[in-house]
Amino acid sequence: MTDSKYFTTTKKGEIFELKAELNSDKKEKKKEAVKKVIASMTVGKDVSALFPDVVNCMQTDNLELKKLVYLYLMNYAKSQPDMAIMAVNTFVKDCEDPNPLIRALAVRTMGCIRVDKITEYLCEPLRKCLKDEDPYVRKTAAVCVAKLHDINAQLVEDQGFLDTLKDLISDSNPMVVANAVAALSEIAESHPNSNLLDLNPQSINKLLTALNECTEWGQIFILDCLANYTPRDDRESQSICERVTPRLSHANSAVVLSAVKVLMKFMEMLPKDLDYYGTLLKKLAPPLVTLLSAEPELQYVALRNINLIVQKRPEILKHEMKVFFVKYNDPIYVKLEKLDIMIRLASQANIAQVLAELKEYATEVDVDFVRKAVRAIGRCAIKVEQSAERCVSTLLDLIQTKVNYVVQEAIVVIKDIFRKYPNKYESVIATLCENLDSLDEPEARAAMIWIVGEYAERIDNADELLESFLEGFHDESTQVQLQLLTAIVKLFLKKPTETQELVQQVLSLATQDSDNPDLRDRGYIYWRLLSTDPVAAKEVVLAEKPLISEETDLIEPTLLEELICHIGTLASVYHKPPSAFVEGSRGVMHKRLPARTGSGEGTECPDVGNAAGGSAPEAAPSIIPSQGDLLGDLLNLDLAPPTTTGPTPSTSGMQMGGMDLLGGGLDSLMDESEPLGGDIGGSPAMGAGFGAAPTVMPASLNAPVGGGLGDLFDLGGGVGMPMGAYIPPKTVWLPAMKAKGLEISGTFARRAGVIQMELVLTNKAMSVMTDFAIQFNRNSFGLAPAGPLQVLTPLGPNQTIEVSLPLSTVGPVMKMDPLNNLQVAVKNNIDVFYFSCQYPISMLFVEDGKMERQVFLATWKDIPNDNESQFQIQDCHLNSEAASNKLQGSNIFTIAKRTVEGQDMLYMSIKLSNGIWVLAELKVQAGNPNYTISLKCRAPEVSQCVFQCYEAVLKN
Amino acid sequence: MIGGLFIYNHKGEVLISRVYRDDIGRNAVDAFRVNVIHARQQVRSPVTNIARTSFFHVKRSNIWLAAVTKQNVNAAMVFEFLYKMCDVMASYFGKISEENIKNNFVLIYELLDEILDFGYPQNSETGSLKTFITQQGIKGQHQTKEEQSQITSQVTGQIGWRREGIKYRRNELFLDVLESVNLLMSPQGQVLSAHVSGRVVMKSYLSGMPECKFGMNDKIIIDKAGKGGVTNEAGKSDLGGGGSTSGKQSIAIDDCTFNQCVRLSKFDSERSISFIPPDGEYELMRYRTTKDIILPFRVIPLVREVGRTKLEVKVVIKSNFKPSLLAQKIEVRIPTPLNTSGVQVICMKGKAKYKASENAIVWKIKRMAGMKESQISAEIELLPTNDKKKWARPPISMNFEVPFAPSGLKVRYLKVFESKLNYSDHDVIKWVRYIGRSGIYETRC
Repeated sequence: MTDSKYFTTTKKGEIFELKAELNSDKKEKKKEAVKKVIASMTVGKDVSALFPDVVNCMQTDNLELKKLVYLYLMNYAKSQPDMAIMAVNTFVKDCEDPNPLIRALAVRTMGCIRVDKITEYLCEPLRKCLKDEDPYVRKTAAVCVAKLHDINAQLVEDQGFLDTLKDLISDSNPMVVANAVAALSEIAESHPNSNLLDLNPQSINKLLTALNECTEWGQIFILDCLANYTPRDDRESQSICERVTPRLSHANSAVVLSAVKVLMKFMEMLPKDLDYYGTLLKKLAPPLVTLLSAEPELQYVALRNINLIVQKRPEILKHEMKVFFVKYNDPIYVKLEKLDIMIRLASQANIAQVLAELKEYATEVDVDFVRKAVRAIGRCAIKVEQSAERCVSTLLDLIQTKVNYVVQEAIVVIKDIFRKYPNKYESVIATLCENLDSLDEPEARAAMIWIVGEYAERIDNADELLESFLEGFHDESTQVQLQLLTAIVKLFLKKPTETQELVQQVLSLATQDSDNPDLRDRGYIYWRLLSTDPVAAKEVVLAEKPLISEETDLIEPTLLEELICHIGTLASVYHKPPSAFVEGSRGVMHKRLPARTGSGEGTECPDVGNAAGGSAPEAAPSIIPSQGDLLGDLLNLDLAPPTTTGPTPSTSGMQMGGMDLLGGGLDSLMDESEPLGGDIGGSPAMGAGFGAAPTVMPASLNAPVGGGLGDLFDLGGGVGMPMGAYIPPKTVWLPAMKAKGLEISGTFARRAGVIQMELVLTNKAMSVMTDFAIQFNRNSFGLAPAGPLQVLTPLGPNQTIEVSLPLSTVGPVMKMDPLNNLQVAVKNNIDVFYFSCQYPISMLFVEDGKMERQVFLATWKDIPNDNESQFQIQDCHLNSEAASNKLQGSNIFTIAKRTVEGQDMLYMSIKLSNGIWVLAELKVQAGNPNYTISLKCRAPEVSQCVFQCYEAVLKN
Repeated sequence: MIGGLFIYNHKGEVLISRVYRDDIGRNAVDAFRVNVIHARQQVRSPVTNIARTSFFHVKRSNIWLAAVTKQNVNAAMVFEFLYKMCDVMASYFGKISEENIKNNFVLIYELLDEILDFGYPQNSETGSLKTFITQQGIKGQHQTKEEQSQITSQVTGQIGWRREGIKYRRNELFLDVLESVNLLMSPQGQVLSAHVSGRVVMKSYLSGMPECKFGMNDKIIIDKAGKGGVTNEAGKSDLGGGGSTSGKQSIAIDDCTFNQCVRLSKFDSERSISFIPPDGEYELMRYRTTKDIILPFRVIPLVREVGRTKLEVKVVIKSNFKPSLLAQKIEVRIPTPLNTSGVQVICMKGKAKYKASENAIVWKIKRMAGMKESQISAEIELLPTNDKKKWARPPISMNFEVPFAPSGLKVRYLKVFESKLNYSDHDVIKWVRYIGRSGIYETRC
């Protein structure tokens, strides 16, 4: 059997020859000829001229030949409607055939012939077949109703086929039920308001019964249909969930995903305190992870869906970070999606692992992937505050590689980190400036210019740097031009004397020589501001910027809800509502998650997006501004040039652009949204730099000035002050939200041998607070207040008071976890509030902690090796001398120093307030920023805390 | 639903084209060829949207299968269907190649007509398809009425995967526990991630409509049985590897999925695996475990850069299983930089070769017993380059095959009941085999 020969006929006069063969008397020859015709049809040759000859072959009892002729008919009937009618008789006759396979074949094929005249003849046979005794015929007829509806919807309604189809939902055969459900669902989609499916508890019950018995495909149809149902109450919802969960173990991933869809939707209705709710959450994780061992294409679909699921219910997969680690051989589309999910799942608990992975990825070969990995490091920094420092140093390492696109990407994300943590990491600016010349991408150039403008007062040659960009002003992209304009104006406001010429130059470039209305308008606004009232200009341009939020690229909540209802489908792959890519009436209906019964919560903030543009669902890839940002952005809107950035054109433009870029994935969509929506949409992190630079916020008048002064002071302090004990920065221990308006932040310090708890109490409530008192829970080192909390005057609204509380170490002792945890209760006239905080163990290092050399040596030997623990301190750039001095400030005493092969070994001792000795060996190698430290102690549990102190002291 | 299905060869020539929906025009065939097959860039997504038409594609060797739609279809279903389509074709005519497809194009059209109706997947079980669609043309011309209705009831029936009236003189079944163990290890030997994905493949030659029950050392079951004091099942019909080891240890299965013949609701409620098996070979279940995995090999890499033009690599592998067992087909793949000019290798065991075309040193060992170790050292000469970009150091990967299940899974029993025919569980001859293979088994260096 070598049918391939049919593909090779290419000579001329072929059609003519075929015609002769088709009319041959011999059956075999006829069949051969039809095969040749089909082969030609497949490769795209037009063989419609043979229509009458092929149709003539239809009258045959050879089933194979018949099928081939039918195939031909389906393709060409439309182009030859008059002749197609010749075939009707055979169809009608076949529908009466004793063989069910032939009856089904006839009705199946007839439905595919889209010729009006033929459809008329189809009705009677179809009616019979819908009631055929054979289930195979019935299941085929059920689909045929959908076919007919596609051709002539009115006819289907007039002939009452819809009712017959509804009856088939109660059929005894599961496959008939499944196909009837599929057909009805499809028909219902084009009649959004009809109650065609008429889902009620009875019909749902029938569907759930059929679910257990039908084929994998049938299960998908039924589950997809179930997802459209809204249970009446949480009871019904739970009972459906219980009957759907077994599907999570099906081998077919589509069955699993459709089941997940039903569960995710119905879960909304369950009360969260229900036991079953928790059980269900737990049941969802394993099947989702299993989807990742499917073939790559399915993995991709699964990952796109998981991306939605982790946004909606992060708790499901929060412990499954590792399965999203990228494998070397994953296809690139799987890698990119995994990376996205990794960032979404990143938390304080797993950040170290995530960062190690991301660093690994940043050295891969695929440019897009590497870029995304670099971006991800930045996003981690913004999301998990504790990791920010490590992220920044990783980014600096990457910048050192000098790989062009890595450097550019790193600079873009560092800009966001600066915004999120002002006045913390600006020391790296010098390194960034070194790479100025290698930046050739607009986004990176714009980011760098923003940095230079924002920190102009700290960069000596800021004016030179910006001037160098100005030379090619007209060749830059709009993004860069706008940024340059703003940066130079900022520079001028900070250093007015030297930069007058520069600012005039840029203003004239922007207003006179440019035909970009955005740029021109921004230029004029600055110009007028500067010329009328420089003080006001300062307030406006250098206003405090709103903080950027952690979650920058979450899908807007209403869209997310809709997409959750479309799990498993194309919409969930594109992350767009069906209306964005489906033509015609289908899919226009927006699906919604059901509201939780009984409670008023329901859908979460449904209208945030609408407030911004009025067309939220279309703005698919845009970013959710938090409430506060939204306010700022609306204000911004009034002042921003109104010409091109009106909301309506930007959203529609975005949508169209989005369609063409579909292949490019989310990233390209995000890029797209920036120039268009940037200023209005307020993309907090990624785009924020550009959007927010000229942001006009009604901020407090003295904020920028005060901030600047503070910075200067800080800077001086860092350099000139003598080494003292390390005092960690103040952190908020008790947020006002949790304590009826009382906010407590603070830190610990050791001053002249006394441990002090330094508290800042702020009253953010409306009423006066009095009668403060403080109490500690038992803790590892017996810390207790040595006196009462000295708040003598009542604390008025918006007032802040700083208090220093001396502590003793003679209180009751109880081992805490972590060791340095302290539980505190604060009382005032309103209530008692509890919080816990951690103190650096260095507070407990006493002044007489210097051990005798001999004693040290003996003790070191005496402590068993099991008690030794080793740690790495990374990225410390002090030499051993400086390190030793610094540590001494915190009562860590260097006893001896030895130099072996360029490596300095420092031996140190520490004594804790409760008499525990800790011995340390610190290895410092010149030029290597990574120190190794070995700690020995009879109570090895303190080692971890001591190490943390080393790290904190050395790095500050 | 699926609007059309196309099969192309590597050049983008159409081999099969079947359109199910009116909204898919002929130009869709060309759109996919131009935008995906002939695209200059690497494929960035298995789903492509071109002019509001979505294309789903999979590749089998150099054959492209593409499903087309204009609607919001169930994407997971479309891919599952494409894979199924490949399975069905492969079971009819073997490898999916251009030649085989051309040779069987009539058959493929028939299949496409049967398993996809108006874009809705229908019964796609090869077992039942083969009862009425064959390579010799279609059966059914000369069948009796009973035969015909038997076919249709099977195709649409509850047990679509098995036909009635199967008879064997010898009732026999073969169970293969096939596992692939996956590992990602840091250079320091820390396990970054490890999991086993396993499959239980069964070949059954059983008469009638037998009811089967499958049991393994699933922790949940064993714990349950332990509490209730139920021991009847583990004892006699023991199939555990070696016979004496089962019953002691149990394993925690993270998740498992089953062939559609398994009654899922029963598994959900009682965690028992009961089913009427298809005839012949099929995959009964898949499972995944992450706890207490036996990692059969440990790879210890040592890479040292000696100046700019030389690299010293030493890799030690250690086998970590019973000394009486033998691992086979061991292959260690050590990646080399792109600018490698020459390699000298010394290995204690097996053969090692530098393959320039693959940028790797490939070290093969035929057999290795448990609790042994072996090492290879290589000196890699590099050409000086001014390429700024550092070599990405791909991980060292390993392949092997071991005669045990790295997850620790043991088959406890497989019972067969057939009430209508007179053969009992004892009359069935049962064979069990365990094979552990490497999945992605990588150690970073």
